[in-house]
Amino acid sequence: MKQLFVDVAIIGGGPAGLASALAARAEGAEKVLIIERNHELGGILLQCIHHGFGLHRFKAELSGPEYAQRFIDQVKETDIEVLLNTMVLEVTSDRKLYAVNSEQGLMEISAKAIILAMGCRERTRGALQIPGTRPAGIYSAGAAQRFVNIDGYMPGKRAVILGSGDIGLIMARRFTLEGAKVEAVVEVMPYAAGLARNVVQCLEDFDIPLILKSTVTAIHGKDRLEAVTISEVDDKWNPIPGTERTIECDTLLLSVGLVPENELSREAGVKLDPVTNGAYIDDRMMTSIPGIFACGNVLHVHDLVDNVSKESERAGMYAARYALGKLDAPEKKVKVVAGRNIRYVVPQEISLDEPVEFFMRVQAPEEDVTLNVGGIRSKKENSVRPSEMLSIKLTPEQLQSFEGDTFVIEVLSNKEDEVSA
Amino acid sequence: MSGKSKLTVDVAIIGGGIIGTATARELSKYQLKVVVIEKEAEVGWGTTKANSGIVHAGFHEEPGTLKAKYCFPGNQMFPKLCEELDVCFEQNGILMVARNEEEWETVQKYYERGKERGVPLELLSGEEARALEPELSEDIVGALHAPEGGSVMPFELAAALMENAIYNGVELLTNSPVIGARVENGKKIVETPFNIVEADVVINAAGLFTDEIARMFGDDYFTIKPRKGEEYLFDLDTKNMVKRTIFPVPSKVSKGILVIPTAEGNLMMGPTGDNIDQKDDLATTRDGFQRILEGARSLVPGINPRKIIAQFAGVRAASDRGDFIVEHSPNVPGLIHLAGMESPGLTAAPAIAVDAVRLVEEAGMKLVPKEDFQPRRENIVRFRSLSREEQDRLVKENPAYGRIICRCEQVTEGEIIDAIRRGARTLDGIKFRARAGAGRCQGGFCQPIVMAIIARELNIPLEQVTKRGPGSEQVLFKAKELLAGGITQ
Repeated sequence: MKQLFVDVAIIGGGPAGLASALAARAEGAEKVLIIERNHELGGILLQCIHHGFGLHRFKAELSGPEYAQRFIDQVKETDIEVLLNTMVLEVTSDRKLYAVNSEQGLMEISAKAIILAMGCRERTRGALQIPGTRPAGIYSAGAAQRFVNIDGYMPGKRAVILGSGDIGLIMARRFTLEGAKVEAVVEVMPYAAGLARNVVQCLEDFDIPLILKSTVTAIHGKDRLEAVTISEVDDKWNPIPGTERTIECDTLLLSVGLVPENELSREAGVKLDPVTNGAYIDDRMMTSIPGIFACGNVLHVHDLVDNVSKESERAGMYAARYALGKLDAPEKKVKVVAGRNIRYVVPQEISLDEPVEFFMRVQAPEEDVTLNVGGIRSKKENSVRPSEMLSIKLTPEQLQSFEGDTFVIEVLSNKEDEVSA
Repeated sequence: MSGKSKLTVDVAIIGGGIIGTATARELSKYQLKVVVIEKEAEVGWGTTKANSGIVHAGFHEEPGTLKAKYCFPGNQMFPKLCEELDVCFEQNGILMVARNEEEWETVQKYYERGKERGVPLELLSGEEARALEPELSEDIVGALHAPEGGSVMPFELAAALMENAIYNGVELLTNSPVIGARVENGKKIVETPFNIVEADVVINAAGLFTDEIARMFGDDYFTIKPRKGEEYLFDLDTKNMVKRTIFPVPSKVSKGILVIPTAEGNLMMGPTGDNIDQKDDLATTRDGFQRILEGARSLVPGINPRKIIAQFAGVRAASDRGDFIVEHSPNVPGLIHLAGMESPGLTAAPAIAVDAVRLVEEAGMKLVPKEDFQPRRENIVRFRSLSREEQDRLVKENPAYGRIICRCEQVTEGEIIDAIRRGARTLDGIKFRARAGAGRCQGGFCQPIVMAIIARELNIPLEQVTKRGPGSEQVLFKAKELLAGGITQ
């Protein structure tokens, strides 16, 4: 078995892997290796041919492949090594990786630091337990996106989309532009799951109905999908009898959430956060296993790739420092706690002596609020939504004023009646 | 009729389910010309596919029934059969648990019943049962432990039996529903859309459709009463939550809702047992799910429905007799019925197949053993279960084993190509045989790649690649084709 020794090994060559590799190399790690399962770098961005990437980072509206290419070009200018068509089979807690490809066979890679950047996968019909038959014609929105944008095939011509996640919204527009009819986007929540701009640009601009507080309650068809039944749901997401209606269609796309792909992390023994399904990390982007770092959608699901790049650069920098023996263990550990109307916060632990950028999501939409960050900073927001990630940066100087063991981040209402209540 | 090819055989088996394939393999030991006629694109796709996969121990069945006659002997045949055919078989044992004193009395009755048949069994206290299975409910007061019960992948077994039968000379016709059957000059004529098969003996192993096949021959004396069962499959990370299959005390109509560690390691819960009108009603239901969850949690309270990755339903081909039908037709000489197969049909199949050979002989066929019968199937490479060194060696011999296609189950391109070589023709066929797409993402990532491999290996366009046979094509149009057709929205 072939043996390799590197400073920083990065699992995944998507946006997180690319940005972290560049940052690790820039920080001084000499042997940086990206391991990518696909035949080219770029990750899921390669099939995201729509525009809207890079507004924050590059002040330009790029397509997914264009955004990825800017990083790929930079990687090519460095001596960062890339293994393509290579699958990591196992990660161990003492930072060994086992990987395989056709040319080299099995490889044992010993790394001083590892960055987990495997991305996420889509939730499936099985996870939702949609009753009914099991015909052809039911795809995750991402699989359909690949069929159309990479392989050049249309799954069908009359679609219903369950879930208003961003990929579902994007695919509603994509199907329409390809000449298919999108009958409806059906969402169980009382609001869209995707970005507001995607609701406008992908549904409203094309007169595609968004049916809220409803879900697919039956699937019909023996060999190929023939129709779906949708029903309204109550506050607990239970279908309301008598509200059923059937929509004929040959295709059902599922855009019902993304799950970080942490099977390798779990087997290595990395502690996972049950809310994010990603690793539990500190302010150095390090997981519960020393020397193993995580960033991007494998850490928590992002809505903007710009944020992935930013977060991953920090992971790359700290991983390099760790590999070089320049990352001291923190003197103090303070737990970060999600308070009122906060679903999760990353990182989950801080040391108060590193700059930190908190990424967080709210539980429910709310207007006119103040984000209270550990009692040492606050920020007013006109409106917060679960689909739009919030972030706030704090410097070590700002953090020095914090005292206590738990750092609570919460959303406070600015409406007077609720303040008094 | 003129365009159809004519095939003359000694024995025609209608149906490539577990009964038909086991019988085909058993008959392939003799110098006979045998054909299996299957309506689906691959074998094992009817009732067999959705079977729970339990190799029953043989203590359940009512004395005097054919179920009792074949179950325990069938169980005893599994270890050797699965070893010869390189099929995953886990002899993980069975626990029938009692949740109160009344059920405990019933459990003891099954203990006595099994003991009389020679089934290895032991009675356990609640504590002893929980020592074996810590996730069992605190309510359980005692259990019957059958260490020789097991778990097998039913579709894998059917595919393996068929592959071995074909190796030993049996012919297989797929996509061949029987559309007519009759007797002409003592010969049985079976017609499909493509073939006319003339046989001395016909074995009716058509599962749910055995009554309809019998009627085509003018033989109308039993009826199939379809009974649906839903199953819910969990993520592979539930492996080892429960090691043995957990049964409640059975009701009058079924063995109840079980918690099943499948041979591949995933946990499964089910099945329901609901009488239905339509033989092709394979829909899962909200009500079925709730009943199953409640039943499974009464045995193993820690079951987490959020870990479910797939659900499916199958229909049992129960007969109006409430028992197996393994006999000569009373009306049509040379017609043998292997019908009414419900639980424990899978376990009984190898024993029924042996008896079917006896019936074939009684029907007038001379049985001459083949000297060159090959009982073994060429071993299947399962990349994931090899050591790192074995994986390395394999990839150097054949680079296709170095390309992981299904990331969830770590299935390589080499395994997919091998499955196609052995008879897989569809996405479901690849999933059942090689497990690509059977994991937690349910093919979300690998489906397009598996489709491309099928298209390449079978030399067909991607639009002709199906989920499970004609009518279930996966992609219906080329990009821009809908626009070229002038469709505007």
